[in-house]
Amino acid sequence: MKLITIAGPPSSGKTAVTIKAIAALQREGVHVGVVKFDSLSTQDQTVYEKQGVAVMSGLSGNLCPDHFFVSNVSDCLSWGAEKGFDLLVIESAGLCNRCAPHIQGVLAVCVIDNLSGVDTPKKIGPMLKMSDVVVITKGDIVSQAEREVFSYRVRQVNANATIINVNGLTGQGGHELGKLLLNAPETPDLEGRLLRFSMPAALCSYCLGQRKIGSDFQMGNVKKMDFK
Amino acid sequence: MPTDTENRELISLPTAELLRLAPFAGDFFSSIGLELPAEEISTADYFASLDAELLEDLGLERQTLAERFTAFMELLENLKSGIDSAHIESITIRGGHDKSGRAEEFDLTVKPGEVICIVGPTGSGKSRFLADIEWMAQGDTPTGRNILINGAAPDPSQRFSIEHKLVAQLSQNMNFVMDLTVEEFITMHAESRMVDDISSVTAAIIKLANDLAGEKFTPQTPVTALSGGQSRALMIADTSCLSTSPIVLIDEIENAGIDRKRAVHTLVDKRKIVLMATHDPILALMGDRRLVFKNGGIATIIDTSQEERANLVRFEEMDAMLGAVRNALRNGELIGKLG
Ligand SMILES: Nc1nc2c(ncn2[C@@H]2O[C@H](COP(=O)(O)OP(=O)(O)OP(=O)(O)O)[C@@H](O)[C@H]2O)c(=O)[nH]1
Ligand SMILES: Nc1ncnc2c1ncn2[C@@H]1O[C@H](COP(=O)(O)OP(=O)(O)O)[C@@H](O)[C@H]1O
Ligand SMILES: [Mg+2]
Ligand SMILES: [Mg+2]
Repeated sequence: MKLITIAGPPSSGKTAVTIKAIAALQREGVHVGVVKFDSLSTQDQTVYEKQGVAVMSGLSGNLCPDHFFVSNVSDCLSWGAEKGFDLLVIESAGLCNRCAPHIQGVLAVCVIDNLSGVDTPKKIGPMLKMSDVVVITKGDIVSQAEREVFSYRVRQVNANATIINVNGLTGQGGHELGKLLLNAPETPDLEGRLLRFSMPAALCSYCLGQRKIGSDFQMGNVKKMDFK
Repeated sequence: MPTDTENRELISLPTAELLRLAPFAGDFFSSIGLELPAEEISTADYFASLDAELLEDLGLERQTLAERFTAFMELLENLKSGIDSAHIESITIRGGHDKSGRAEEFDLTVKPGEVICIVGPTGSGKSRFLADIEWMAQGDTPTGRNILINGAAPDPSQRFSIEHKLVAQLSQNMNFVMDLTVEEFITMHAESRMVDDISSVTAAIIKLANDLAGEKFTPQTPVTALSGGQSRALMIADTSCLSTSPIVLIDEIENAGIDRKRAVHTLVDKRKIVLMATHDPILALMGDRRLVFKNGGIATIIDTSQEERANLVRFEEMDAMLGAVRNALRNGELIGKLG
């Protein structure tokens, strides 16, 4: 089975473009399944189901959704294999710009939208900079000049990725994205594989449930701003 | 122009020297969240000196920095050479088949400066045709069409490269989402294209756009304050001067408060191939050819005849008349009996 991680900021169009790509793949007889990770709730389960796509949701609750993802990704793979998918897509929650659920040797896709503004590409960390395919959405809403500047800025921070514009509403580019997804390498198992980048270090008292503010209550990995 | 080996050497140059040779190289550092290195330090030494914690915070790995730098410098080169030589002489669309599998019996070759109209009902395959061109289909889309550049299959690496994008699209429901003045906006676009004389290019585009738009605007007008017609005029001027894409796709510029004929001529003058999905009589007759779509395929290709084009004068008179009425309404006048 081929495995693909799709990440991107909230509401950037991950589900919309994934569905368009899957629709094109299904027409060619490719059997695709999806796992959606999110923190509190997700509508995506129903959106995928409506399209007739087999889907599983993982809600991380009070855990960081990306850490939760890593702890569960091997099980996702087993589930997909059991279901007999040709291709399993994992859609991340994409809540923090520093995180990246991308795995070495697994096709990594980042979805960002033109509406987020031309300065966004430089603000997004490994999720964008270490992805293999960058999907840019919502080109229908902005001008040609903004589209060109935006893709140039993406290229600046990730010169090696394949950049593709897909419209999540009309599906323009969905067929082509499907082709790119089919290029993903086979992933028989994930034991011992490496994340492309370490997840942010986070073990302070607040990770453990502390709610009080003040230096007496801060323990562990605490970092201070420099006001000088 | 620096070659690959020279790019590798750029990394050993002191920053002052680097910026002298490649003024846009400074963008590399800011784009990944790093400060510009001190003038006398080379990029390679700068990478070696960066604090591990800072790199961790920025989500960067030291060993990939040199590779990123080289890739960035190559990108600059490619973009620059892309502008210097827009070497597309022709684009050929080799027919595939319609939705029922019936073969399209044609090879359509289009050349810079040509205007092609696309007509047909909803669902007839117009958007799919444009997507075939945009993605340089190689028999691998639902239509089975093949796109040839200068008579040959394009290099696979071109298919997804932003430097070789074939189609620039000017669409109806386009907005500006940036809060910039017209001048800042065009400057930003010109910078991303690494144009040599940014200020004169910017001035030329703004002048051209003002010639096209009914109502005038200044370089200091915020882009978000432009009317629909002004926005379209600005984007037509901008695309004709700054876009590397040889094809400009326009969907519906009807009634946009802009001189449609001049807009199309502007693009033709800049040697663009103009594709228009339109049922507007004036625009359709301006086309050299019309592609008629049915059931997912091109059913006929009509060359605009002299006879058809002779009607253009009439249509333009009618259009001018309606325009005058529109103006009268805008000015609060009464519409008298038509002569
Ligand atoms: N205009 C336009 N809207 C789009 C496009 N792509 C997605 N959208 C809309 O953007 C909204 C968010 O899209 P989703 O696909 O749910 O985004 P997401 O990244 O999956 O969101 P989360 O999973 O909740 O983080 C939806 O209303 C989509 O219809 C596009 O290309 N153009
Ligand atoms: N030759 C073809 N073979 C199979 N499907 C096609 C073909 N041409 C178009 N389609 C499909 O038909 C649908 C409608 O086509 P579209 O290009 O969106 O029509 P239009 O833009 O004219 O309204 C799309 O899903 C498209 O992928
Ligand atoms: Mg989603
Ligand atoms: Mg259409």
